[in-house]
Amino acid sequence: MDALIQILIFVLLLGLGYFFGRRAERKHYDSIRKHEDELRHVVVSSERTPDREALGHDFDLVAGSVVISVDYFKTVAAGLRSLFGGRVRAYESLLDRARREAVLRMQHQAQALGSELIINTKFETSRISGNAGQGIGSIEVLAYGTALIASSK
Amino acid sequence: MLISNIELVPGKRVTKHLGLVQGSTVRAKHVGKDIFASIKNIFGGELSSYTNLLQESREEAIERMMEQAEAIGANGVINVRFATSAIAAGASEILAYGTAVVLEDR
Repeated sequence: MDALIQILIFVLLLGLGYFFGRRAERKHYDSIRKHEDELRHVVVSSERTPDREALGHDFDLVAGSVVISVDYFKTVAAGLRSLFGGRVRAYESLLDRARREAVLRMQHQAQALGSELIINTKFETSRISGNAGQGIGSIEVLAYGTALIASSK
Repeated sequence: MLISNIELVPGKRVTKHLGLVQGSTVRAKHVGKDIFASIKNIFGGELSSYTNLLQESREEAIERMMEQAEAIGANGVINVRFATSAIAAGASEILAYGTAVVLEDR
């Protein structure tokens, strides 16, 4: 009886994770695509030094960060995947979403400063282990760079 | 105070290098938020309380780095880098470091 209840709980969590996780991921991808279109005029580059044209520009540090949680389905799928090896798609999409979201927030900050170019973009990723202790609980991504702002003088 | 993560600043000249400055902070959210986050681990989605936490920590780290730079007479910090790590469940550390310099208009 106990085993049955445990299995039921597991299946329930798995179902909840699958349903809500997929929904959250789809919504998030929709919003990412929408905002990427809106912010396309803010160019993000990993160039280390500015062009000569940028000589008169002001500059400022901009950053964007996000923490995204895994869902139960992803945790289980990734656990199974690690038995067989190969691409862990469940986590790939998670990281992809987090990086793109972080860049978007950085672009947003640059746009607020009146900048159209961010150079020397760097990423910093780390995980926050949840109460599970194993696997990843959630991931945090920080994107930062230098925004060049056309100065008024 | 100018803060930037590029090495050469457009239109400015570095007249003095003052060495490495850094600022770090370790922060945690209260346990209620942690419980909420662990529930979120089932459903997925963004953990906005942790995103805020990260943002606050980052600002705090930059603030401390700037204080240190100011104390040694710098007017800018260049080549700024961030490093993050999770030192315990629900707590995160952020380190900001860079080179303190004296900048002059060219």
